[in-house]
Amino acid sequence: MPQTNLTFLRPLRRSFVKGLLSSTSFLIFGKAFQADTAHAAHSLKHYQPKFFSPAEYDFLIAAAERIYPEDQYGPGAKTLGVPEFIDRQMDTPYGHGSNWYMSGPFVQGPANLGYQLPYNPRDLYRIGLKYLNTYVHQEHGKSFPQLTGKEQDNILIALEGGSISLGDIPGRIFFEQLRSNILEGVFSDPIYGGNKNLGGWVTIGFPGARADFMDWVDQNGARYPLGPVSISGETA
Amino acid sequence: MSKKHIDAIIVGAGWAGSILAKELIEAGLSVTILERGPERTTAVEGAYPESIDELKGAIRKRLFQDLSKSTVTVRNTIGQTALPYRQLAAFLPGEGVGGAGLHWSGVHFRVPPEDLRLRSAVIEKYGEKFIPKDMNLQDYGVTYKELEPFFDKAEKVFGTSGEAYTVNGKVVGNGNIFAGDRSDNFPLPPMQDTYTAQVFRKAASQAGYHPYSLPAANASKPYTNTYGCQMGPCNFCGYCSGYDCYLYSKASPNVNILPALRQSPNFSLIPNAHVLRVNLDKSRTKATGVTYVNTQTNTETTLSADLVILGAFQFHNVHLMLVSGIGKPYDPVKNTGTIGRNFVYQTITSSRVWLPPSQYTNQFIGAGGVGVAIDDFNSMNFDHGPLGFVGGSPIWVNQAGTKPIAAAIGAGGSGSPRWGTNYKKELINTYQHSIGIDAHGSNMAYRDVYLDLDPTWKDAYGQPLLRMTFTWKDNDIRMNQFVVGKIDAIAKELNATKAHLVHLNAGQPFDTRHYQTTHLGGGAIMGENPETSALNRYLQSWDVSNVFVIGSNAFPQGMGYNPTGLVAALAYWTAYHIRTTYLKSPGPLVKL
Repeated sequence: MPQTNLTFLRPLRRSFVKGLLSSTSFLIFGKAFQADTAHAAHSLKHYQPKFFSPAEYDFLIAAAERIYPEDQYGPGAKTLGVPEFIDRQMDTPYGHGSNWYMSGPFVQGPANLGYQLPYNPRDLYRIGLKYLNTYVHQEHGKSFPQLTGKEQDNILIALEGGSISLGDIPGRIFFEQLRSNILEGVFSDPIYGGNKNLGGWVTIGFPGARADFMDWVDQNGARYPLGPVSISGETA
Repeated sequence: MSKKHIDAIIVGAGWAGSILAKELIEAGLSVTILERGPERTTAVEGAYPESIDELKGAIRKRLFQDLSKSTVTVRNTIGQTALPYRQLAAFLPGEGVGGAGLHWSGVHFRVPPEDLRLRSAVIEKYGEKFIPKDMNLQDYGVTYKELEPFFDKAEKVFGTSGEAYTVNGKVVGNGNIFAGDRSDNFPLPPMQDTYTAQVFRKAASQAGYHPYSLPAANASKPYTNTYGCQMGPCNFCGYCSGYDCYLYSKASPNVNILPALRQSPNFSLIPNAHVLRVNLDKSRTKATGVTYVNTQTNTETTLSADLVILGAFQFHNVHLMLVSGIGKPYDPVKNTGTIGRNFVYQTITSSRVWLPPSQYTNQFIGAGGVGVAIDDFNSMNFDHGPLGFVGGSPIWVNQAGTKPIAAAIGAGGSGSPRWGTNYKKELINTYQHSIGIDAHGSNMAYRDVYLDLDPTWKDAYGQPLLRMTFTWKDNDIRMNQFVVGKIDAIAKELNATKAHLVHLNAGQPFDTRHYQTTHLGGGAIMGENPETSALNRYLQSWDVSNVFVIGSNAFPQGMGYNPTGLVAALAYWTAYHIRTTYLKSPGPLVKL
């Protein structure tokens, strides 16, 4: 969408770190961030992210596992391929915000009037993660994946509660974007790269694409007996 | 620029447009439907298993409006700056052939008879002073008795499943005791209760209420409708709401009307045709046709027609009237004009109760229109006198099929964790053992709640966006709180292990970020007085007599029921009067 591209060139109404909003400085920061943390690439065993830099991808792996952890209830986000799912989504029309209204002016207002930033999901991650990386280094002298689980949780709690802002991206908005995409990766059909081995569906007892329950409409509260099947015919 | 003359141009290929097209084709007219979105046929886009995909469907919003091209702006009060509705959330209008009628759930109500004359009914019972200041309570100008044949006709096209209470004045079944009398039974027997509906039915009955099966445009048996279109029996796959039905079980214009229409040589449907305006002659009392832009080639075309039917979604109809200069825009300060007046919504809140871990609610099983409701607190079915509010809500369990992404994103909050191991534990418990109970309530119209054109933001075609000025009012909040309080007694009868009752709070503004309902209404309402209504009782523009505007835009206030049933009946009512009266003598159907 041409409208989407234009939004990068528009000044925001609210205060924001100067210089970051032109497309040029945006690209410079992106590259610098990547080069700085290229060593993290060793953690990518099976999937080479196309959108996220190695360091960004390592953040995604760590944060997703805190939000949807491996535990007694079932596999976590990492095992389920959630980071791969999110990376692949960034390359879809959704990643580019194709059905969002992205014409300016961008005016901030009360939260209940909804999302008013000039950023699509790709921008939210790229810009948000740049600020978050800076914040984590300032506070801890380490990167997010290097922190303890408890420290990681505290950062996620601060984002969720809105006490951290990532530039002009309220922490809450970044957190909701992240949380939604993680849960999408846990519970969407495996054709999108997440929910590997249908593990997300098995955990909650969702039968996937079976989509035929004529014989189980009312079984007086008995548990549905069949495991899930995916669109491609995969079973758990 | 090409010029071509057609007898009737219809804007929008949803229920309203398809019904009018079929009726006007039967009357011998040449008819063209212009649809701004793409062509959609159930055999292609609805095919199994690709359509059984929550991410592509409800989450990425496959069948919904493309906001990058057009949206609305929203503000709560007149003094505020309205901001664009940039992401689909609170309401989900459709786009493409079938419109919202393709992704709807299928809850197919008639109307509470007294809702059509709500102002008169309230005054008769409680006096005029009972109506709060600046509440624009109005009668529709049409009675239930007048509409009844058209409800019946629509149900036989939609293949509606349900159980009657009375037919021709005689009690025939266990249907809704508050429903208006019927001239015939539903064409199909009611849908089977899901487990959650069954336990709700029992608990509501034990609490002293009057449960009934929701009327569902989901076929309980194989069915061939009055147009020869066939439906398969619903298998409760759980993919109605937000989806096209791979079994041809849920009624849609695509399955129930368009296959018959497409056989007519006098009918044409042009997709990807975004109508920019209705063109008027110099007197501005007659439409000459429409101008649309082909969204693929970006070229404009003007078509001429004798009759222009606006059958787009509620707020697009209002937008088209405003940008075309049909009628006088509403001014809330001077209280003049009618286009944009009486914009309304619904006050839906969803509560949740949990059953013991031994009982599985299997919420992925479902159909959009299936469920059990009580109307004991809807419409005028209870004494409002001591309560001091107008309106009401059905309460129901409507298990449409809860899919995992929506369940997971919505889970947690209100003191429950939203992530981490404890979240997973609660998510599993909620998904496997809980029941959703909704208070699906009315919303009244107010002087300062309205639609007009936004001064700042524009759509992809350079036209101003429609601006909504809307928030919750005290009357509706208190109604919602009262009705939600009644769920408590039902939860007790359910032996619920936990209940989370949710209601609107005093002073709580309308929030565009969370899905509530796509049941928007008003803005171009029908009525008996051109000073307070945009359309006469036949949904004909008071100002431009060869323009008819069909949709929930005609509702003077919001009702507790889902709107599609009333929209369809009004569409057949209008079509009948166009065919029997208007075509013989074009001009205003109501002379003042």
